[in-house]
Amino acid sequence: MTVIHVDGKEYEVEPGSNLLEALLSAGLDVPYFCWHPAMGSVGACRQCAVVQYANDDDTQGRIIMSCMTPVTDNARFSVATESASGFRESVIENLMLNHPHDCPVCEEGGECHLQDMTVMVGHRDRQYTGKKRTHKNQYLGPLVGHEMNRCITCYRCVRFYQDYAGGSDLAAFSSRDKVYFGRAEDGVLENEFAGNLVDVCPTGVFTDKTLSKHYTRKWDLQSAATICMGCAQGCNTYTSERYGEVRRVHNRFHQDVNGYFLCDRGRFGAGFVNSDDRIKQAGIRRDDGLYEAVSLAEAVSQASDMINASQRVVGIGSARASLESNQALRTLVGADNYCNGMADIEREMHAIIIEALKSDIATPSMREVEQYDAILILGEDITNHAPRLALSVRQATRNKAGEMAVETKLALWQDAAVRELAQNSLSPLMIATPTQDRLDDVATLSTRLDSAGIARLGFAIADQLHDIKIAEDDALEATVSAITETLSAAKRPLVISGTSSRNADVMRSAANVAAALKEINPNTGLCLCASECNSVGVALMDNEHSLTALLGSSPDTVVVLENDLATTLGADFKQIASSIKNLVVIDHLDNATASMSDLVLPAATFAEAEGTYVNNEGRAQRSMAVFVPGHHGAASDIKASYHLLDNLADRSRTSSEVRAEMVSHSPQLQKVIDAAPSEDFTVRGSKIARMSHRASGRTAMLADVSVHEPQQPADADSAMTFSMEGVQQQAPASLRAFTWSPEWNSNQSIMKFQESVAGSDRFGISGALLVEKTQPPVVYDATVKQIGQLVPQHHIFGSDPLSNHAEELASLAPQLYIKMNDQAAGELGVSSDDGLSYQADGQSLEFRVIIDNAIPDNCLVYPLVPDTDCLTGLDEVSLTRIDDWTPPGPAGKAQLITSDRAN
Amino acid sequence: MTETPLTRNINPEKGPTDLTAYEANGGYQAVRDTIGQADPKSVLETISDANLRGRGGAGFPTGMKWSFVPAPSDTGHRYLVANADEMEPGTFKDRLLMEFDPHQLVEGMILSAYTISADIGYIFIRHEYHTAIQRLREAIQQAEDRNYLGNNIQGSQFSFKLHVHVSAGRYICGEETALLNSLEGKRAIPRAKPPFPQVSGLWGRPTIVNNVETLCNIPHIIANGADWFKSLGIGKDAGTKLYGVSGRVNNPGCWELPIGTTGREIVEQHAAGMKKGYSLRGFLPGGASTDFLIDEHLDLPMDYESIQQAGSRMGTGTMIILDDKTCPVGMVANLEKFFARESCGFCTPCREGLPWVKEILDTIEAGDGQPGDIETLERQAKFIGGLGNTHCAHAPGAIEPLTSGLKYFRDDFEAHIKDQKCRYSQEAVR
Amino acid sequence: MNVANNNLINALSAGEIAEIEAEITHLPDRKSAAIDALKIVQHHRGWISDESLSSIAQLLGVANAELDAIATFYNLIYRQPVGEQVILFCDSVSCWIMDGDKMCDAVKSRLNIDYGETTADNKYTLLPVTCLGACDHAPVLMVGDTLHSDLTTDKVDEIFK
Ligand SMILES: Cc1cc2nc3c(=O)[nH]c(=O)nc-3n(C[C@H](O)[C@H](O)[C@H](O)COP(=O)(O)O)c2cc1C
Ligand code: SF4
Ligand code: FES
Repeated sequence: MTVIHVDGKEYEVEPGSNLLEALLSAGLDVPYFCWHPAMGSVGACRQCAVVQYANDDDTQGRIIMSCMTPVTDNARFSVATESASGFRESVIENLMLNHPHDCPVCEEGGECHLQDMTVMVGHRDRQYTGKKRTHKNQYLGPLVGHEMNRCITCYRCVRFYQDYAGGSDLAAFSSRDKVYFGRAEDGVLENEFAGNLVDVCPTGVFTDKTLSKHYTRKWDLQSAATICMGCAQGCNTYTSERYGEVRRVHNRFHQDVNGYFLCDRGRFGAGFVNSDDRIKQAGIRRDDGLYEAVSLAEAVSQASDMINASQRVVGIGSARASLESNQALRTLVGADNYCNGMADIEREMHAIIIEALKSDIATPSMREVEQYDAILILGEDITNHAPRLALSVRQATRNKAGEMAVETKLALWQDAAVRELAQNSLSPLMIATPTQDRLDDVATLSTRLDSAGIARLGFAIADQLHDIKIAEDDALEATVSAITETLSAAKRPLVISGTSSRNADVMRSAANVAAALKEINPNTGLCLCASECNSVGVALMDNEHSLTALLGSSPDTVVVLENDLATTLGADFKQIASSIKNLVVIDHLDNATASMSDLVLPAATFAEAEGTYVNNEGRAQRSMAVFVPGHHGAASDIKASYHLLDNLADRSRTSSEVRAEMVSHSPQLQKVIDAAPSEDFTVRGSKIARMSHRASGRTAMLADVSVHEPQQPADADSAMTFSMEGVQQQAPASLRAFTWSPEWNSNQSIMKFQESVAGSDRFGISGALLVEKTQPPVVYDATVKQIGQLVPQHHIFGSDPLSNHAEELASLAPQLYIKMNDQAAGELGVSSDDGLSYQADGQSLEFRVIIDNAIPDNCLVYPLVPDTDCLTGLDEVSLTRIDDWTPPGPAGKAQLITSDRAN
Repeated sequence: MTETPLTRNINPEKGPTDLTAYEANGGYQAVRDTIGQADPKSVLETISDANLRGRGGAGFPTGMKWSFVPAPSDTGHRYLVANADEMEPGTFKDRLLMEFDPHQLVEGMILSAYTISADIGYIFIRHEYHTAIQRLREAIQQAEDRNYLGNNIQGSQFSFKLHVHVSAGRYICGEETALLNSLEGKRAIPRAKPPFPQVSGLWGRPTIVNNVETLCNIPHIIANGADWFKSLGIGKDAGTKLYGVSGRVNNPGCWELPIGTTGREIVEQHAAGMKKGYSLRGFLPGGASTDFLIDEHLDLPMDYESIQQAGSRMGTGTMIILDDKTCPVGMVANLEKFFARESCGFCTPCREGLPWVKEILDTIEAGDGQPGDIETLERQAKFIGGLGNTHCAHAPGAIEPLTSGLKYFRDDFEAHIKDQKCRYSQEAVR
Repeated sequence: MNVANNNLINALSAGEIAEIEAEITHLPDRKSAAIDALKIVQHHRGWISDESLSSIAQLLGVANAELDAIATFYNLIYRQPVGEQVILFCDSVSCWIMDGDKMCDAVKSRLNIDYGETTADNKYTLLPVTCLGACDHAPVLMVGDTLHSDLTTDKVDEIFK
C-alpha cells in the first residue's frame, strides 16, 4: 500500500491509483465531473482540484487535478485548503454561467450530480450578469431526451458513447463555449447502450424519456433491487414505481455482473409491466367459446376442480419465471409431470451450458470477461442476444492498449493517453457469425458462416489445438490456423458461444475448443450464453423432462406457467395446443397461449413479486418486489405465480418456504438460499424500506379516494417494507432499494457503498454462484448436422417476449425482412427491396428482401420477432415473390443494426 | 557586423532563395557532412552544448527535449514535426523564414530527424501562408531530387520523408499536443502530459515538435559548432533571435539580432522609435500571450531569464507596442476576445472563464462597467491563469495580458468604470 | 472497401477522390486524412455541404457525426455556403492597434455585409481571422489567397472596387 498525507492525516491507498480515486475510496468528499470510475480520467472539468505540496517545508503547494495525479508514497496533499476549495468553487461558478438553473423543471433535479457538487463546493451567489448561450435540442429517439442547455461540457457522454460503447453517431461538435453534444442530425441513437447516457451525464442533458412521460422525482419513487428480465446475463437493476406503474429502471452496480452499465433492452424494457396487454383478472372460457372475467377465488376453485378431476395433469414451467414459481408448479403437478418449459432443442443446448458450468474451465462474469486477452465468438450475436456482455467484450479488446500502457509506464486510468498510445491496436477478437456483427469494428477477424459451418470451424480449431491437421483442401484452413495460433498465444483466451443460433453443434464445438485450450492454458474461459433470464436456473432444477414428451403423454390438464408455447414450440404450436383438453395459463401478458386457454390466472411480473433467477454463470440472484399490484386503487387479483399455484393446491407459503422445499428436492440449488436474506432478516431490528425518507405525499396519494391514511401493505415474502419506514442505507446490496447517501443524491452515491471505488459492496454482496466447478470438461463428438436455410436473427428490440410489450421498444423493433446474398436472391428471383411472402397454416407473412453479400450462400436470415414464431423449428420454407410490392413504411431499426461503419 | 545566420540568405526584395543560391552559400553542406557520417549521439551533444532554446515561445532547451526520445527499439515510425502554425497575435517571424529561405527549414529538419532517428516529418503550417506552403513544397521536391530527402539519403542507411500539412485553422493547433491531434485528423484538443510526445506522440509514436525558427538554427549549429553559436548571443542565451515590433512605430518589422539585445535597441534603433505624436505606454514582449511590460523594462536584454524576472515572458520575441493614444482596456479586450474565441473548449476555466472575462471587458470598454468588475476580473484571472489550473497553456497565456494590464493600467480600468466611457475613443486623434 | 458500389461517394469527383487517396498514402490509416479530405473537397466546391460530408465520411470509413465533429471544430472548414471568395479580416491585436476596426467597418459598409455574411452578388464572404503574421504591415486582410497589407480606406475601396 502507498501512504499519502491529506490535510495532516495519513491514508493508506491503492498503489498506482489516481488521487481522486484514492480520496473517494478513503471516504473523503472530493467533487468531480469528467472522471468516471469505469472510464478513467481526462482532466477536462478541473473540478477535482486539490493542492499538492512538494515537501514538508512547502506551505504554498500547487493546484493539481486529483484525477490526473498518481498517488506516490508520502506525497502531501490538501483538499481543504482555501486555494483548492476556492478554485473548486470557481469551477462551479463558471460552469453555471450558461447553465439554465432550471432545476425545478428538470428531470435530474433531486438526483443531480451537478446539484450535489454545487452544494458541496458551497457556490451560491451569482455574479455573472451576461446572457446565456442557448442550443437547440435534438430528437434522439423514443428512449433518450436531449436538453443541451443544461450541458456542462464534461465530455462524459461522448467518452462513454464513442470510446466505451463503440457508438459513432453521437459526437462533440464545434469548440470553445459552443461545444455541442449530439448527433449529426435528429434521429434515433443507434447504439444499444445509449440509455447509459442518462446515468453518465452528471446533469439533465440526457434524460430517460420513459420516465419523463410520467415524471416522478427520485425521492417519491418506490423502488427495489431487481434483476433484469431481458436476457440471461442477470444485470442488476433498480426498478421504481409510483401509482402502480413502473416509472423507470436504472443501473444497480454489481461488481461482478453489470458494473455501471446496462443495455437499452434492460433499461427501457420493463415497460411491459404497464402494458395494456397485462392480464389483470382471472378468466374462464365459457361453453360458447367466449372468455369471461371472474373473481380470482372462483377461477382458483374452478382450476382446482379441473385438476382434481383429471387423470393426468402436467405442468409446463418457464425459463422466464422465477425458481420459486417453477417450484410451486412442480409441487402442484408432481416432479414427474413437470418440465422446465423449454423446447427440446433449448433443453439440449442448456444441458451443454450446465456441463460447462460444472467443468473446471472458468465461467467468467461479465466484469471478468473484460480481462481476457483473446476472444473467440462462435455463432453468437451477443449484442442482440446478450447485450451487456458485448459491452464487456468491447472492453476486453482494449487489453492490448493496457499492455502497451504498462510498457510505457502509463497508468491505465490515463484514458485519453492510453487510447492515443494504442491507436488501433486491439486484443484479438475473432467472430464467426452468419451476419454482420456489431462488434466487427473491434474484431481482428470476422468470418461469415452458417451455423453448421461455424460448428465445423469450432471442431476444426479444437482439432488443430490437439495438433490434428484438418483436411488440406478445407477452405476453412487458413481461418482455423489463424484462430488457433491466436488462441494458443494468448495469456487468457476466452471462448464465447450460446443458444441464439439454436444449433447445439455450435455450442458443443465451442466447448471442445475451450476444453482443448484448457489443456495448454489453465486460464482458459468459456462463456455460453443462455436464452432467458432464468434458463440456467430451471435447467439446473430439472432439465430431464421433455416438453414434447409431456405434452404427448395425453394429459387432461396442462398448467402453463409464464410461457408462450407459440414461441417455444414454433411451427408445431397450433396443432399441439388444440389437442389439450384443459389448458390453464398463469401469465402476466396476453399471448397466443393465453388466448387458446380454458382458464387464465393473472400473474405478477418481476416488479410485483419476489423471485430468484439464475444467470449464465450460474449466479442465483434475488429480484425483490417493487410494489403490490393494484394497491393504489381497487384491490387486485394479480399475484405472484407461486402464490397462485399454491392456492390451486389450497396452500399458502412465503417465498422462502417455497425455496426451502425446492432445495430439499434439488440440493444442487442449495446456494439459492444465500442469494439474498429472507423475510426474517432485519438491520438493528428494522426491515428495509423501499421508499426514501423524503418520499412526499405517500399518505396523500389516495386522498381522492379516502382521507384516511391507508395502511401500507405488509410484505410477508421479504425483509422489506412498502414504505419509508425502515432501514435504507445499511441494507445489504441484495435488499437495498436505491442508492443515496447524504450529499450524494445522484447515482454516483454508489461509491459510498463500495469497499473502494468500483469495488465490492460494503454491506454484503448480492447473489450466489450455484455450481461447483469440479468436473473435467466434457469433450463432445464432432459430428455436425446439416441445417436448414433459415437463420433466426436476434434483435435487441423485438426478440424478447417481455420487452416487446414496452411501448417505446416495440416502436424500435424491426419490420419483417429476409436477408440473403446475391446467390440466394438469384435462386428466389428477387432483388433488393422486393417483397417475399410466406403462407402456411392460415398464416401469411410479408418480408422485405435485403441483399447482404456477407451472408453465406443459401442462408435466409429473418428477424426473430413474435410474428415469425411460426418459422421456429422449420427446416425449409417456401417463399414467393410478391408482384408490385410496396414496403410497409420506412425500414425500421433492422437496417440500423447492420454496422454503420464501413469496414 | 554581427552575424545573421538565419537571415543571411533573405532579401525580401529579391524573392525566395532557390536551391542553387542556397547551396552556393554553403547550404546542405551540413547534410552532406553529417548524414551517415556523424554519430547522431554526437550531433545531439552539439545541440545540447549549443544551449539552443526553443523559439516557439516556451524556450525549452532543444537538446534536452530531444534527449527524452527513447532510443529506437522497434521498427515503428518516429516523427519530427515543424510547428509552422504561427498564429500568436503579433508574431510574424516564421513566415519570413519559410517564404524566403525554405531550404533552411528543410535542411534543419533533415538534420534534426537524423539526430532523433525520425523517418517521417511534417511541416504543420497554417492555411493562410499560401506562399510559404508553395515554396516549401518546391523546396522539398528539389531536396528529394538531390537525395537530401527520401530513401538512403546521400548513400547512408538513413531515410526521411517530409510532408507539408496545411492546417484548417485554429490557434490551438499551435499547442504542440493539439497539433498532433490535428495532424492525426482529429479535433485539435491538447493532450495531457505525461506522456510527453517524445514517448507517445503522433499516432502513439515517439515525436518531436519544434518551432520553425528553432529548426532553422540546426544547420548552422552543426556547421559551425556549439561555441560559435554561443558566441552569437549577448547574455546568457545563445544564438541570434528574430525580434519583431508592431504597433505605432516608424519602422515596424522583424530583424535577426543577437539574442539578449535590449528592447530599447530594438524599438528605438531597428523600429526607428515611436511615430510622431505617440509615446510608448507599454509593450507585450513576445506575442499576445505575454505579460505587459512598460517603458522602464525596455533596457532589459530580451532574453528568457531577464524578461521572466521582469514578470513577463520573452515568448516569440515579437513585441507589440501599446501607445499612449490606444486604450489599454480596449487592447486587453481585443486580446481576451481572441483567446476566448480560440479556446478549444475542453477544460472549464478556459472555456467558460475567458468568455466571461471578455464580456466584462467589453462592458467596461463600452462604458457600462460596474463597481466590482475589476475584482471579478482579478478573481477570474487567478482562476484561469493559475499554474496547473487548466489542461494546457492556452489559458495561462491568455490571462497574462489581463493580469499585467490590471497591474500597469489599473487607472484606466477604474476611470472607464467611474466615467462610464472610454476616453481614448473620444480623443479620436487618428 | 468497395468504392465503386457506393452512390454517395460517387458524389465526389474522381479528381477529388484521387487527391484524397494520395493524402492517405502517407498516413497510417484512412481516418487520419479527415482534415485533408475536407480541405480538398472544399477547395473544389467552396464549402462542405451535408452531402459532401457524408461522401467524405464514407470514403474514409467514418460516421457522419465523427467527421462533422472535426469539420465544425476548425474555422476554415465552411459548413455553410460562402461567396466566390472569402475575405479573412485580421481582427487581432496589432491590426486593432493600427485601426483595424475602422478598416473593417470600411469593408463592411463597402460590401454591405457583416462578419459571417455573403454579398448579394455572392462574390464575397467576410470572416474574422486570427493574426495573419503580417503585423509589420497592419492592418491586413486576405481575399482568397492574396494578402493585402497596410490597409487604408482608399486601399479598401481599391480592393473592392
Ligand atoms: C495555445 C498555444 C499556441 C501555440 N502556438 C504555437 C505556434 O503557433 N508556433 C509554435 O512554434 N509554437 C506554438 N506554441 C508552443 C508549442 O506548444 C511548443 O512549445 C513549441 O512548438 C515547441 O517548439 P520549440 O521547443 O522549438 O519552441 C503554442 C503554445 C500554446 C500553448
Ligand atoms: S486551456 Fe483552453 S485551449 Fe487549453 S485545453 Fe483548456 S480549453 Fe482547451
Ligand atoms: S474529475 Fe478531475 S478534471 Fe474532471
